[in-house]
Amino acid sequence: MRVRQMDASDSKESAREIVVPGDLLAITGKKAGPGTYSEGGKIYAAQMGIKQVRPDSISVVPLSGQYIPIRGDLVIGKIVDIGASNWLVDINSPYPAPLHVNEVPWRVEFGETRKFMQIGDIVLLKIAGVDEVKRIGVSMQDHGLRKLTGGMVIEVSPSKVPRVIGKNGSMIQMLKNMTGCRVYVGQNGRIWIDGDLDNIIKAVQAIKMIEDEAHSLGLTEKVKKFLEEGSRKEA
Amino acid sequence: MGGTPTDLKLIDENGLRIDGRRPDEMRPLKIEAGVLKRADGSAYVEWGLNKVMAAVYGPRECHPRHLQNPERALVQCNYNMASFSVDDRKKPGPDRRSHEISKIISEALTHVVFTEYFPRTSIDVYIEVLQANAGTRCAGLTAASVALADAGVPMRDLVASCAAGKVADTIVLDLAKDEDNSGQADMPMGYVPTSGEIVLLQMDGDLSQEEFGKAIRMNVDACKKIHEIQRDALRRRYATKAEGPEYAVAPETKGVA
Repeated sequence: MRVRQMDASDSKESAREIVVPGDLLAITGKKAGPGTYSEGGKIYAAQMGIKQVRPDSISVVPLSGQYIPIRGDLVIGKIVDIGASNWLVDINSPYPAPLHVNEVPWRVEFGETRKFMQIGDIVLLKIAGVDEVKRIGVSMQDHGLRKLTGGMVIEVSPSKVPRVIGKNGSMIQMLKNMTGCRVYVGQNGRIWIDGDLDNIIKAVQAIKMIEDEAHSLGLTEKVKKFLEEGSRKEA
Repeated sequence: MGGTPTDLKLIDENGLRIDGRRPDEMRPLKIEAGVLKRADGSAYVEWGLNKVMAAVYGPRECHPRHLQNPERALVQCNYNMASFSVDDRKKPGPDRRSHEISKIISEALTHVVFTEYFPRTSIDVYIEVLQANAGTRCAGLTAASVALADAGVPMRDLVASCAAGKVADTIVLDLAKDEDNSGQADMPMGYVPTSGEIVLLQMDGDLSQEEFGKAIRMNVDACKKIHEIQRDALRRRYATKAEGPEYAVAPETKGVA
């Protein structure tokens, strides 16, 4: 699973300063990273989030917000409309995403889109391109991309996705290992889980816990403990 | 000029107002962020006897489509007074006044939001006045900017808003209902503290040039205080959780496919 915006995940900083829009972050000398803006040589926060200071730049890791597609993102979409040569996919963002027949792994004749995917189907896609007016192109032609059958989909805030994945995928790996579920995490905040019902419930609870406490320290340990407790009770 | 004539003594011999405030004193203000679960961002403001709720949705796909701007997001505000918000029942639904307030608040917020980050979308702000006691547009704007920040919308700064006016020939801050009704002038203002810009300014009644200057200065000082309360409300939203986590074990799953 590819990972973007991983920085803050489980860094063991003692203090995590919460900033709100308009807060002065630095007088000068650093690059204004994501979630910030500079004006008159000063850097201010543009979003509510956690302040992140690096040697050369300063940024704000947001605590909330919509999913804005970026090229290469892995997302979980839902088919909401069908055209003669494309499917319209809801990717939980302000922008609709048409999936053209040329971008799927099958050969689809004109007007036969319905034979392949129906409204309500869940698909694993990647963002193939985003232009300057945010028209989105999605593709299903890459390793592992497909229609997802079975399992269930839950939604978390897209800003919490990096926490669900964890540093270098540590959190999600632990979740998979300890629950035995198959899990896909989309950058758009949708998470697909498949496995035993009990294990799915366990995983959903753990993800909910990650979402609620995304900004607290030592999260991985807490989640680990939570998952271990559960397995003891069952035994 | 002047409001409705009244027997009320708006300023007493000690120079205090009907509710005991000094001329430059604001009514008590309380803000809470993130009060609504279904909205992307929300805030609740209690300002004296005013009670206002603000909810933000988006950025989301803009409907109707012809309103979409290919270069930037649209900030659409909707100010509404509940029928029970005033003494005599207010006829529900949009009217001239609420249209006007919606428009000026949208314009004030458009000024601080980085609309160019979200082309073709709309950011919808809903302001519901639950209880009114003069100064609801200021309370609404104050709540709306907290709700926008809570929704994670990138913006230059929070807009703080307050009103000043003239009552019994004295310039006073933050007029209450009786003062507004029988006072000589009322001037609501929206202020961006980091840049010092004024993004909303209206005036009802008239003020001399000196009085106007004094009212502006009073508003600026008040807005700086309000800004602190806004920031505090937003920080509190996450600070409480960080200290003592109480997560529910029962999962509440949204959007199950």
